[in-house]
Amino acid sequence: MNNEIKKNKLSPRRRLVNFLVHLLLAVLSIIWVLPIFWIVLTSFRAEPGAYTSTFLPQGYTFNNYIKLFTDRNVLNFPKMFVNTLIIAIFCCIISTFFVLSVAYSLSRMRFGFRKTYMNIAMILGLFPGFMAMVAQYFILKAMGLTEGSMIRIGLIIVYSACTGLGFQIAKGFFDTIPRSIDEAAIIDGATQWQVFTKITMPLSKPIVIYTVMTSFIAPWVDFVFAKVICRANADQFTVAIGLWNMLQKEYIYQWYTCFAAGAVVISIPIAILFIYMQRFYVEGMAGAVKG
Amino acid sequence: MNKKTNVINALKYGDVFTKLSAIIMGAGIIAHKQKVKGIFVLILEIAFIFFMFDTGIPALAMMPSLGDREQEKVWNEAKQIFEYTAGDNSQKILLAGVVTCFVIAAFILLWVLQLRFSYELEKQLKEKGHVPTLKEDIKSLFDKNLHITLMSLPCLGILVFNIVPLVYMISMAFTTYSKEDEHLMLFDWCGFTQFSRVLNMNGNIGRQFWHVLAWTVVWAIFATFLNYILGMILAMVINRKDTKWKAFWRFCFILSIAVPQFVTLMIMNIMLQPSGAINILLQNLGLISSPLPFWQNALWARITIIVINIWIGIPYTMLQITGILQNIPADLYEAAKMDGAGPVTIFFKITLPYMLFVTTPYLISSFVGNINNFGVIYLLSGGGPTYVGDTAGQTDLLVTWLYKLTIDQQYYNLGAVIGIMTFVILTVVTLITYRNSGSYKNEEAFM
Repeated sequence: MNNEIKKNKLSPRRRLVNFLVHLLLAVLSIIWVLPIFWIVLTSFRAEPGAYTSTFLPQGYTFNNYIKLFTDRNVLNFPKMFVNTLIIAIFCCIISTFFVLSVAYSLSRMRFGFRKTYMNIAMILGLFPGFMAMVAQYFILKAMGLTEGSMIRIGLIIVYSACTGLGFQIAKGFFDTIPRSIDEAAIIDGATQWQVFTKITMPLSKPIVIYTVMTSFIAPWVDFVFAKVICRANADQFTVAIGLWNMLQKEYIYQWYTCFAAGAVVISIPIAILFIYMQRFYVEGMAGAVKG
Repeated sequence: MNKKTNVINALKYGDVFTKLSAIIMGAGIIAHKQKVKGIFVLILEIAFIFFMFDTGIPALAMMPSLGDREQEKVWNEAKQIFEYTAGDNSQKILLAGVVTCFVIAAFILLWVLQLRFSYELEKQLKEKGHVPTLKEDIKSLFDKNLHITLMSLPCLGILVFNIVPLVYMISMAFTTYSKEDEHLMLFDWCGFTQFSRVLNMNGNIGRQFWHVLAWTVVWAIFATFLNYILGMILAMVINRKDTKWKAFWRFCFILSIAVPQFVTLMIMNIMLQPSGAINILLQNLGLISSPLPFWQNALWARITIIVINIWIGIPYTMLQITGILQNIPADLYEAAKMDGAGPVTIFFKITLPYMLFVTTPYLISSFVGNINNFGVIYLLSGGGPTYVGDTAGQTDLLVTWLYKLTIDQQYYNLGAVIGIMTFVILTVVTLITYRNSGSYKNEEAFM
């Protein structure tokens, strides 16, 4: 009751400040949303080409999406989509296992190698990621994983092999689960494995979902590693290389609007996932900082 | 009897079998009633010896010279064609050498571990009269040794696909492996020549290096702190008590994170071209007569990149800081208000110190991330504009230059040197900031 009276009696100066704040937020929101709005508009644009003389499209069509998923001759988008999906599924399984295993071990178990491992992980994080990339390519080549359909296996390895280094957020989350729960279970005769699978995992659904989703998304949005490892093997391309290619000089006029359509197609699921998981992202960050 | 379990004690005080395991690995373990493990260790030793004779020793023997047989064309009379004899491939020799070094290191580790383990078993037999059976060992892998089960595969992955490649790449920095003078097939060791080339300010490469380094540092400082401060202000403005529709505002900003970064970056690149949407819009509105040189002028390109990075980075900072802001103990604010502090004083005396205290690790990692921020530069400006004769453009960071040098231009040795320099710079920066930060000096200042 008291609060309501206070609200109705806002001083003029405060009202002005509030008005300005909301105006500022509105302007900023427009700046942030405009490019995304523009991509969506472009994906429905009827006239081709990257550069048009008008800001808004002259005509609207759905053909860009149809072309994207039916034209298999020049840039085989459906094939790329399947490639990426296969890679993403395997990557997701392996990385999730790696990240959660490492995070749980570092958070809950005490062993001599623990501190060393965390220090090594920190040092490795300081090297530029691309420094290892060329060497990784040579190693994959020596293993025979850079030709034909073996490229897929190579890519799965590249995306998931080193994910054990990205344990921080998951570890921060595990650190916040009270240890007394584990101890009670162990007194009742549970093994560490049972604690991990039957107690910690069910309690950590947010971070499990977060890990699954980030590792599933990684292959869809990386084009650098994919480009270095696929090189000219067009039938092994992933979606990201395909989209990148659509903006190269030889394709851009014909494919620009399809690029926008492709961008919208892969953005929608990622956007939904992200908006769903941002809660966990914030919680994970807060947890990681605390730990 | 209570001697420490280490290699020296094992060799000094162990029984015959333990001493024997210095030569025949696993012998002590077999003798001390853990047959399966002992035999496994023995098999590993035999495999190692085979590996060394088969590939290891030849590979190490080639390491000093890195191979010197050139590929030759030989005229084959019978077939009437030129045939190529396979020459040495230095890159493969180097890789084999590096891998062999790792295998030897692993073998030495195994040797130490099995010796210690044999001595440990011997002591257990004397004291308790029995050792764990295989079944019990497997059980313990799911109980108190669970970390071994969980961490071995991830560690193997990191070793093979991160540490080995890094060592391999670092070793390239000391060779002549580059397309200069056609050293792509055969190359030699050359010590620190490449390092002095990169660090020498008067040379062409050195001049570019210091330019790129300066811009990398400027960029990282701007990108990190502008995003941090502006993101914090935005988070606080949205968090204000009087701000309405908080969830809606957050949603607007989060939407831009949700779209994959490489897509937005490529779109931005196109939008800011001379005939892109922004220039068209400004021209249609009559604000400018000729297109703005967003990517053509070095200064314009640098400012554009920093501004776009703010567009990309603020939502992330906002998300992270929103969580932390809500964690600031409310009694701090109440006490300050009672003492008559205004909003500005509260911000500088409470909010900012608290944020800095909690987020120093985050600031360091985002500084590191920005120094290594490949995507933003590569997709926006591609490092350009590039002057004739240079390999590095005006907006290239060390990482993008590294990428260009290795992937596009095949100067592998220079690329490796630049990678190492980046690492050295990052290590120094990280150590200095971390050691001076409040969260390191006094862990419980705010608790």
